Amino acid sequence: MPLAKRIIPCLDVTAGRVVKGVNFVGLRDAGDPVEIAKKYNDQGADELTFLDITASSDNRDVILHVIEAVASQVFIPLTVGGGVRQVADVRRLLNAGADKVSINTTAVTNPDVVRDAAAKFGSQAIVVAIDAKAVNADNTRWEIFTHGGRNATGLDAVEWALKMQDYGAGEILLTSMDRDGTKIGFNLPLTRAISDAVNIPVIASGGVGNLQHLVDGVKEGHADAVLAASIFHFGEYTVREAKEAMRAAGIEVRL
Amino acid sequence: MKIAIVDYGMGNLHSVVKSMELVAENHASVVLTADASVIDAADKVVFPGQGAMPDCMAHLEESGLIASVRRAAAEKPFLGICVGAQLMFEQSAEGPTASLGIFKGEVVRFPPEQMVDAQGQKLKVPHMGWNEMFITRAHPLWHGIADGERFYFVHSYHFMPAEDITVVESAYPYRFAAAVARDNIFAIQCHPEKSSTAGLKLLQNFVHWNGN
Repeated sequence: MPLAKRIIPCLDVTAGRVVKGVNFVGLRDAGDPVEIAKKYNDQGADELTFLDITASSDNRDVILHVIEAVASQVFIPLTVGGGVRQVADVRRLLNAGADKVSINTTAVTNPDVVRDAAAKFGSQAIVVAIDAKAVNADNTRWEIFTHGGRNATGLDAVEWALKMQDYGAGEILLTSMDRDGTKIGFNLPLTRAISDAVNIPVIASGGVGNLQHLVDGVKEGHADAVLAASIFHFGEYTVREAKEAMRAAGIEVRL
Repeated sequence: MKIAIVDYGMGNLHSVVKSMELVAENHASVVLTADASVIDAADKVVFPGQGAMPDCMAHLEESGLIASVRRAAAEKPFLGICVGAQLMFEQSAEGPTASLGIFKGEVVRFPPEQMVDAQGQKLKVPHMGWNEMFITRAHPLWHGIADGERFYFVHSYHFMPAEDITVVESAYPYRFAAAVARDNIFAIQCHPEKSSTAGLKLLQNFVHWNGN
């Protein structure tokens, strides 16, 4: 199909800087958000996702300035997530220049926020982020976790994705919690189960360690887009190399 | 030269403004406005829109800007983007509200029963992402943009012109009109302000377009 599968670098942002985790212990400053966004745009990134990892509610406005600066210089779609609790938060991020806002924990604790935000700003602007992991040994049942994977909710992941579609989500950002940070690839059965169940696009996330994983996410996981952080941030691969690998595997990409 | 971007209260116009400012350089000043007299005084007009078409039409009516938008579309280089472009047709399946009717034709939803690709895999709606643009008729706004170039789309509805105005088509899975043009008007379904280099080229061409 002519519609290209998307590659989306994900940038963690706090205090106005892009940071990257090092061996699960600390965060290292990775640079200026505008410069990094420009670099990925030049490499052919199809979109960018910014995750505000600021822990406290202080300094929430810093992300707004970051988005405004990036959106003034980089003209590809920008998604922002992290700490979105109410419709007013969605509005602030969109007004700052975000094209889509990703809602994660709040979608579980207060799903009406998803419905109200989609009604107000359009489904195209609302992404629901789902953190899921397998709850049985043969990896055929998955449940939703919140608060960065610490809190179990008992919600079935596939049913939850369908519910969020009904509530007006325009896209699902699906993170395989049992793979996040492992570099062993996406949870493909989970990704495929959700992508096949819903009619809206699904972005696969969590576990990417090499370019074959991106290919597998699309071919085996039926993902519409693949998101990765560390393989790009640490310079292991460029976005362009990722796209060339996908094209070589027969996947339609924008090159 | 002054380019007015019509602000009738439908969402984020930050990127439209910033991208136009970037390509306008010193050739034009770009102003985001909800003031009819500013639209009337502008040399060129950009008419954006996002979200649901009935909401857009309702906001446009409340804004009191319809008459000046119509005047601009009748005589100035005029660029409709996304739902702004959809509003220029007569009717949309998204709601019972009549739209501006500047172009003959209607706006329809991607039909669920046709959303399957050649390999039998389900195609998602909204049609979201970068898709190819095929030139069906040469147009000055497409100058310097390759046939088959990809632009960023995000929409569930697309226009079906009932007059011969299509200049660019895309495919999902069937061919549909992605851009239409007549006289001084150009209207595009996807988002040039989000389509990186190719999109900026289109906007730059608009800055330099005299409407012929």
